[in-house]
Amino acid sequence: MSTLAVQPEPPSPDITADYVTRVQIDRSCRQTVLGYYASAVAWLLIGSLAALITSIKMHHPEFLGNYEWITFGRIRPVHLNTVVYGWSSMVGIGTTLWLEARLCKVRLPYRTLLPATVIIWNAGVLWGVYEVLAGHSTGVEWLEFPPQVLGIFGFVLLVLFWVSLKMFNERHVHHTYVSQWYLFGSVVWFPILYSAAILLPTTGIVGGAAWATTNWWYAHNVLGLYVTPMGLATIYYLIPKVTGKPIYSYHLSLLGFWTNALFYSWIGTHHLVGGPLPAWVITLGIVGSIMMFVPVTTVAINHHMTMVGKFHMLKTSPTLRFIVFGAVSYTAVSYQGSLEALRSVSHVAHFTHYTVAHAHLGMYSFYTMTMFGAMYYIVPRLTRNEWSSAPLIKVHFWTTALGVLAYFCALSWAGWYEGEMMNNPLIPFIKIVDYTKPYLVARSISGSFMTIGHIAFAILVFRILRGSDFSMIGPTLFTTKRGTWRRREKTA
Amino acid sequence: MNRSWSFIAGLLATIGFSMMGLIFIPNWQFEELKPVVDQNGVSHPTPPAGSVLLGREVYISEGCLYCHSQQVRSADFGADIQRGWGTRRSVARDYIFDRPHLMGTMRTGPDLENIGARQPSRQWQYLHLYNPQITSPGSIMPQFHFLFKVTDKSGPVPAGSVDLPARDSPTNRDSYLIPTGRAQDLVDYLMSLNHSYDLPEAHQ
Repeated sequence: MSTLAVQPEPPSPDITADYVTRVQIDRSCRQTVLGYYASAVAWLLIGSLAALITSIKMHHPEFLGNYEWITFGRIRPVHLNTVVYGWSSMVGIGTTLWLEARLCKVRLPYRTLLPATVIIWNAGVLWGVYEVLAGHSTGVEWLEFPPQVLGIFGFVLLVLFWVSLKMFNERHVHHTYVSQWYLFGSVVWFPILYSAAILLPTTGIVGGAAWATTNWWYAHNVLGLYVTPMGLATIYYLIPKVTGKPIYSYHLSLLGFWTNALFYSWIGTHHLVGGPLPAWVITLGIVGSIMMFVPVTTVAINHHMTMVGKFHMLKTSPTLRFIVFGAVSYTAVSYQGSLEALRSVSHVAHFTHYTVAHAHLGMYSFYTMTMFGAMYYIVPRLTRNEWSSAPLIKVHFWTTALGVLAYFCALSWAGWYEGEMMNNPLIPFIKIVDYTKPYLVARSISGSFMTIGHIAFAILVFRILRGSDFSMIGPTLFTTKRGTWRRREKTA
Repeated sequence: MNRSWSFIAGLLATIGFSMMGLIFIPNWQFEELKPVVDQNGVSHPTPPAGSVLLGREVYISEGCLYCHSQQVRSADFGADIQRGWGTRRSVARDYIFDRPHLMGTMRTGPDLENIGARQPSRQWQYLHLYNPQITSPGSIMPQFHFLFKVTDKSGPVPAGSVDLPARDSPTNRDSYLIPTGRAQDLVDYLMSLNHSYDLPEAHQ
């Protein structure tokens, strides 16, 4: 599985040439991608801390209650923005660049500019977080950072677009792979989404209720046209790579890509079901959501059918286990999302913790777990080093997997009944609040488990980046026994 | 999809199409909306100004929108109207002056579209913001101590202050609760949230 491992049989000249190319590509990505990854993990830790503070404040509102800068309404957007623009974006950009380089079989260009974009992007997130903590949020969900951050993120996004285009046009393989379409989609779509969502309202072209449709057009497209393509591209690449099986159906993947592009971009207004907008705007969002059954089913068939016959590998490969967990969650969260958009379901679930649970099934269970899998695969190839501890990887997997499942179950249950009670005018509001409290505590507990997993992961990443004292032959698997690692000879 | 430019054109078409449908067309439709003027010559909705506008900034700055929506759903969709959150459903015209919109997506707390009509007591608002447990025991709303000052009842009554009973005061003595300027602005804003005027399209 590991291309860096010593080849068991005598390599043919072709394999050697291919191997050398891969190593050269990996080397060209090393600084940039590791820079993005290290930053992403740091933001993941900060985002987890913000999440825990937010969660505890929900059941113990007096917790750290005297500090205005971390009052609930500030630390909550800090959580969202650090995990979206810090963790998810940076781990996604790193993975995108590596995948594009590998799939185009070209070395990463601009090796001074690209590492610089790591610093620039970090500066943007840091500035935004500072402004929110200082009370200068814009008040628009998912866009709380000051609009001027567009200058920073926009620059990096343009560089990414240019780099992607350059690599695509100079590629050394004629045919293109499904992952490349998705990645290219995200690098084209996101700059447009982000700049439109900021510029149209701030220049006064769009205002009032149309600001709300713009807001949710953006926020849901962040998921559908930015995060999801990066996640799906990663799954499409890594399942065949790790299992050695080609993807189930090329034609289905093509259908899945374009239907996703066509339908996903319309579904944002399902966040406003029952809201003060003309029925047709909402109906468009609902229709788009239901049509998502098409791309989701094609992707599900492709991902899961490729896995058939290879499930035993989940026992050994950390990459595959995280990736498949993400792929299954993608199927689940997408079908759930389509149904959630229906008026009859939204009637109960809207405005409740049910939506929060759904959001975490998408952003965490699907995307974040997929990206953990990607890092388990990619980082050893860039550092030419191995993960230092199989038990720590196990801790990482089980705390995050069980944590997010517990989180999802607790909040879905609480949210559904919260909605049912809210629709019954005979139940006083405070009774609903009382009802949800134990589930909010459950959220803090499951969130703590996920945070423990993140700390385990951060230790692993720190050790592999430091160029730890340990190296081993072959990849670290769940089944790798202690003592397989050997201490590196210290060079004087 | 081996040529990058035709591929990019396809990508742009899909996103441009949805921008048209979800941003520009609704915006054209809403741009025509004007306030209605009642028999007293007052226009509804009223553009926020002065302390109301400043209070709106405090509302955003403290992130009230993450738990409180500002939209009333129609009588056949949820219990908003039966709960007394409004007398009619909200419509796009109610938001023509909103920059940015604060419709919200979460109801950890009740809807605030008509809080000014539902809870017109400034004293209640101050005590509730200072410590929600005083007015709403069991609430999970944060306390906003930092928007207030508390002084002993020894001196003269400070302007704009409200009584803070001993059991709710950090000093355990009867005290005065003095709202800061930001607290006053915030309450001015909350008081202004009153959409009980009638609009014809709300009944369609």
